[in-house]
Amino acid sequence: MSYVKGLKCRECGHSYPKEALYVCEYCFASLEVDYDYDAIKKVLTREKIEKGPKSLWRYRELLPIDGEPTVGLSSGFTPLIKAENLARELGVRELYIKDDSVSHPTLSFKDRVVAVALTKAKEFGFDTAACASTGNLANSVAAHSARAGLKRFIFIPADLEMGKVVSSLIYQPNLVAVRGNYDEVNRLCSEIAAKYGWAFVNINIRPFYAEGSKTLCYEIMEQLGWTTPDHIVSPAAGGSLITKIWKALKEFKHLGLVREVKTRVHCAQPAGCSPISSAIMEDSEMVRPVKKPNTIAKSLAIGNPADGYYAKDAVKESGGSADIATDDEIREGIKLLARTEGVFTETAGGVTVAVTKKLIAAGKIPKNDSVVMAITGNGLKTQEAVQGHIGKPVLIDPSLASFEENVKGGASWALK
Amino acid sequence: MGVKVRIPTPLQKMTNNQAEIETQGKTIAEIIDGLEKSFPGIKGRLCDEAGKVRRFVNVYVNDEDIRFLEKEGTKVKEGDEVSIIPAIAGG
Repeated sequence: MSYVKGLKCRECGHSYPKEALYVCEYCFASLEVDYDYDAIKKVLTREKIEKGPKSLWRYRELLPIDGEPTVGLSSGFTPLIKAENLARELGVRELYIKDDSVSHPTLSFKDRVVAVALTKAKEFGFDTAACASTGNLANSVAAHSARAGLKRFIFIPADLEMGKVVSSLIYQPNLVAVRGNYDEVNRLCSEIAAKYGWAFVNINIRPFYAEGSKTLCYEIMEQLGWTTPDHIVSPAAGGSLITKIWKALKEFKHLGLVREVKTRVHCAQPAGCSPISSAIMEDSEMVRPVKKPNTIAKSLAIGNPADGYYAKDAVKESGGSADIATDDEIREGIKLLARTEGVFTETAGGVTVAVTKKLIAAGKIPKNDSVVMAITGNGLKTQEAVQGHIGKPVLIDPSLASFEENVKGGASWALK
Repeated sequence: MGVKVRIPTPLQKMTNNQAEIETQGKTIAEIIDGLEKSFPGIKGRLCDEAGKVRRFVNVYVNDEDIRFLEKEGTKVKEGDEVSIIPAIAGG
């Protein structure tokens, strides 16, 4: 059963059939899936969702596939953790972590979009999956397409963290490291996509792929007992996640699955690459591309964000705000989340924590409100970012005397 | 010999399926006008009513984004290569 009518241009509204198309040939804006919400409204209830699979596919009616899901059957439905320690530390009443650092199978929210993209790619009959990626998407496409029996070509900037390279290579894709930054990789891929008939998840499958991000926010609302938080803080690279978070909120309201949406969506970016946050903070109409991104948050180092305008508009429409985090603040954010809540996130998560902290301190998130932080990736993949900043183990001999000399009574002893 | 312009797939319907077009002009604005002469209607796809390149269209001169140069006024010379590429998603 399909609830997809076709594709529609986000700017001029021109309609297109349900095909592997991604850009409007009239105005070049991106295409979006056009759902039959009236039909969805008749069948989708809270009870139906609650009885569904414990994965992102519990929201299948709101995802752009025609048949049954075939990829990522265990992806999504990650924990929403009440972060009381961190809430106390930051001075806010109610704080939650939407913890996609444990998404199955590749430990980032990209497992959601890839589950949808590759299910759709298989429906279209593609035999090869491909992507341009800052790392997490590469890992996810590599893993999911290995299991789905698809050939795979993955393009990354040559300077990625070793954890992200290894976490792609292990699935034996054709991994291509391009001498250049992400925007250059993306540009190359758009030319490759035009020439070869592959399912590039973030290019010609993009309208379908991007819909997967909505499930992160559907889960937040369901896990909060079918209510919406006062604030959601999300990291931004290409800007798609923020756009889809806002869309998910509006869809649930439209379908009557939540009563009201008073959520303000906030944008978190690294200081070394903040085209979207800067546009919001400066109240600028233009999202100015960043020529040479320079940040330890490599997964957010996209200087020319495809959904930058939509992300900016979503934040503004919701009444939200934006801020940026320096490399040191990112590291402190990672350490703070680990120390207070036992969650080890990657650099993008460090950006989100650091920015949440700033927004609370600045009063943009009032102390009596409820906040959800979108923690989108796992710290094991970006260990270089914190190595050398988190101390070392205390080295001792295997004897009680050595323990007592060096640890219990030693200089480094502190009650932790 | 003029300036080589690489045409993205969604626009190739307008260029008789040609992926590369040679045209003349000293600036990006002139190049787009040159394309319009050969393929009437193409300018309307790339530019808004004011003649500015649409915000979702990326134009590169030899790998450099014209937004980092002089936008529509960016100068081009013989042998330069201009690429027109729609914005693409990432992550």
